[in-house]
Amino acid sequence: MTVYIFIVLAVLAIASALAMVINKNVVNSALFLVLNMVSLAGIYLLLNAQFLAIIQILVYAGAIMVLFLFVIMLLNVEQEEKLFDKFRVKYFLAFLLGVAVTGQIFYSLAGVTDMLPEISDKMAAVGTVEAVGDVLFTTYLLPFELTAILLTAAVVGALMIAQHKIKRTEEI
Amino acid sequence: MDYLGDIQAFLPGVITALAGLIVIVIESLKKDSSATFWVTVLSLVAALFFSIQSLGTGLDTAFSGMLVHGGAVAFGNVIIVVATLFCVFISEDYLKGINHYYGETYALILFATTGMMCLAGSNDLITLFIGLETMSICLYVMAGLIKDEKSGAEAALKYFLLGAFSTGFLLYGMALIYGATGTTNISAIGAAASTDLLFLAGAALLLVGFLFKVSAVPFHMWTPDVYQGTPTTLTAYFATASKAATFVALIMVLSRALPVMEGLNWQMVFSVIAILTMVFGNIIALVQDNLKRMLAYSSIAHAGYALVGLAAGTPEGYSAVLFYMFAYTIMNIGAFGVIAYYERNKGMDFSEVQNLAGLGFKKPVMGIALSIFLFSLAGIPPLVGFAGKYYVFAAAINAEMVTLAVIGVLASAASVYYYLRVMVYLYFREEHKPVELFNPTLLYKGTIIILAILTLYYGIEPILPASGLMELLNSYGNLGAVTNVLIP
Amino acid sequence: MLEIDWFLAVSAVMFTIGIIGVLIRRNAIVIFMCVELMLNAVNLSLVSFASYHGNIDGQILVFFALAVAAAEAVVGLAIIIAIYRNNLSVDVSKINLLRW
Repeated sequence: MTVYIFIVLAVLAIASALAMVINKNVVNSALFLVLNMVSLAGIYLLLNAQFLAIIQILVYAGAIMVLFLFVIMLLNVEQEEKLFDKFRVKYFLAFLLGVAVTGQIFYSLAGVTDMLPEISDKMAAVGTVEAVGDVLFTTYLLPFELTAILLTAAVVGALMIAQHKIKRTEEI
Repeated sequence: MDYLGDIQAFLPGVITALAGLIVIVIESLKKDSSATFWVTVLSLVAALFFSIQSLGTGLDTAFSGMLVHGGAVAFGNVIIVVATLFCVFISEDYLKGINHYYGETYALILFATTGMMCLAGSNDLITLFIGLETMSICLYVMAGLIKDEKSGAEAALKYFLLGAFSTGFLLYGMALIYGATGTTNISAIGAAASTDLLFLAGAALLLVGFLFKVSAVPFHMWTPDVYQGTPTTLTAYFATASKAATFVALIMVLSRALPVMEGLNWQMVFSVIAILTMVFGNIIALVQDNLKRMLAYSSIAHAGYALVGLAAGTPEGYSAVLFYMFAYTIMNIGAFGVIAYYERNKGMDFSEVQNLAGLGFKKPVMGIALSIFLFSLAGIPPLVGFAGKYYVFAAAINAEMVTLAVIGVLASAASVYYYLRVMVYLYFREEHKPVELFNPTLLYKGTIIILAILTLYYGIEPILPASGLMELLNSYGNLGAVTNVLIP
Repeated sequence: MLEIDWFLAVSAVMFTIGIIGVLIRRNAIVIFMCVELMLNAVNLSLVSFASYHGNIDGQILVFFALAVAAAEAVVGLAIIIAIYRNNLSVDVSKINLLRW
C-alpha cells in the first residue's frame, strides 16, 4: 500500500516541479510549487517524520508561499511572452549541466545501492515532536539561538531594503 | 550542561550579537544617534579583547560539540573582528557622506560578524550552515544599501540569487555527506570518511558552496558587480571579513572532515582551482579602469594565492593561509578606505583611474597610504603582502608543488602592472581640471594611518627571529591530529 | 518494498529541475522559486537519510534549512521589490546575472 502512495506522491511532486518551471504565468508557478511542497509533506509522513511534515505545510506552503504570492500580486508581474525566446547557448549549457548533475548523483547513488537496505525500524522513536524538541534545546542550542539572530537580521534587513524612501536621509 | 563555560568560549560572538540587538533598540528609539556607532565600536573592542585573550589556547569544543574554540579558530576570530572594527571606523564617515547612513547597518554588520565567528568555529555541519547563512543574508542586505540607484539594487539581486543558488549546492553536499557517514559532526565525518561515491559527491558539492563564497574561479561571476554596486567601505568588509571567515572554515573542514585517502587527491583539485583563480583574476584586472572593479578582480586573484596554501595541504600551508588572510585583511581595507575617500569628493567619478591623475600630492597622507597598500597588494617587500605570499608559496614548494608556486609567482608579477598603473596616475600625470579634495575626519585619517603602519610592521615582524606571530601560527600545527579529541 | 534510493532519486530529479529552472527562466521571482525547489529537494534527501540512519540529525538540519529558507524569502522578496522600483521589471536578462 505504501508503495502506491509513494508512487502517487512522487509523480505528483515531480510533475508539479516540472509544471512550475515551464509555466508562463507566475501565479500558476507559485501554486504548483505549493502543490509540490504539500506532496513532499506527504512523503515525509511515509518516512516517519511527522513533525517536519506539519512544519513543511505550516512554514513553506503556509507562510513562505503566501509571501511569494503576495509579492507577485503586489508587483503585478506580467506573464512572460515566451519561455524560450530564441535558442541560446545558455539553455544548452543549462540542460547539459542539469543532466551532468543528475547523472553524477545517480551514479553515486547506484554505487551504494546494496548498502542501503529498507528504511530502518529505529525510526519508530525518532521523528516525533518530542524527539526533535529534546535535542533542539540541548545539543543544538547554539544553532537554534543563532537562528533567532538570523531571523532578526532578515527582518531588519528586509525593512531597510523594501522601505520606499527613508525620509531622514533627505533631511541631512 | 555547563552553559556559562560554553558562553565564555563563544564570548566574542555573544557580545557582537547582543550589541546588534542593542543597536536596533537604540535606533528605534532615536534615529541617527551617534550612540549606535559607539555601541558598535565598544562591543567590537570588547570582542577583540576576548578573542586576543584566547589566542594561545588549544582547540576545544563547546555547546555539546557544535563549536570549536581556541587555536586557529581564535586567530580567525581576531582577523574577523579586526576587519569589522576598521570597516566600522571608515564606514561612519563614508556612509554619511553618500547620504546612506542608517543605524541599522551597524546591527547588520554585528550580526554578520556573529555569523562569521560561528562559521569559522563550526564543528558541525548545522552550525556551519547557520553561520554561513547568517553572514550571507546580512551581506545580501548590505549589497543593496544604495537601493535608489540601479547598480545597488542590481548588485543585491545578483548576489542574492547566485548566493541562494550556491546555498542549494552546499546543502545538497551536506545531505550527501550525512547520508554517507550518518553524522553531522565534522570530526566524526573525518573518522567515518570513505572513498565511496556518495561521500565524494557530497564533499565536491560542499566545496562548490565554499568556493562560491570565496569567489574562486569558476564561481566568481558575482564578485565584480557586487563589489562595484556596494558602498565602498562595506565592499572592504565583504572582501576581507567574510573571506577570512570562509577560509578559516574551509581549513577546519578540509583538515578534519576530508582526510587524504587513497585514490582521492584534494591537493590536485585545489591546485587547479588556485591556478585558474590566480591567472584569471590577474588577467582581467589588467584591463579594468574602474578602481573598484580592479580591486574586485584583484581580490579574486588573492583568493587564488590563499588557495595555493590550501592546496599544499600541510600544517605549514594552513598556517600560511591564516597569515595570508590577516595580511590581506589589513592591506585591502586600507586600499578600499583610501579609494572610498577619493570617491566621496564631488566633481568627478573618482573611482575611474584616469580621474585620479595628479591627486597624489594634494593630500599627501592619503596618497602615500594608497601607495603603501597597493605596493603591499602587489607583493613588494618589505610589506605584509610580500610576507604573506612568501609563506604561501614556500608552503607549496615544501609540499613539492613547484609548478603551482611558479605559476603563482608569475601571476603575482603580472599583477604589479595594474597596481603600479594607479600609482603612475596618482603621481606622474597632470590633473585634468583643478579639484579640491576635502579634509578627511581625524578618525578616518587615523584609521588609514594605523592600517598603513600595520602593513609596514607585519611585513617586517615575521622575519624577526623572535616573531611572536609566526610562532603562534606554527603552533596551531596539525589540525587533523586533534580530530579524535573533538568527537563528543 | 520501498527502498531508500527511490526517495533519493525523486530528490535528485527535483534538484535538477530546480537547477535547470534557475538557469533558463528570466523572471527573478520564478528563479527564486526554483531555488526554493532545490532546497526542498535537499530536504527530502535529508529526511530519507535520517530515516535510513535512524538518527535525528538529518531532521534537525531540515528544520534549520526551513528557518533559513524563510529568512532568505523575506530578504529576497524585499530585494526584488527594490529592483522592481528601480527597473520596473523583474527580468534578469536585463541584469545579466552571469557576466564575467
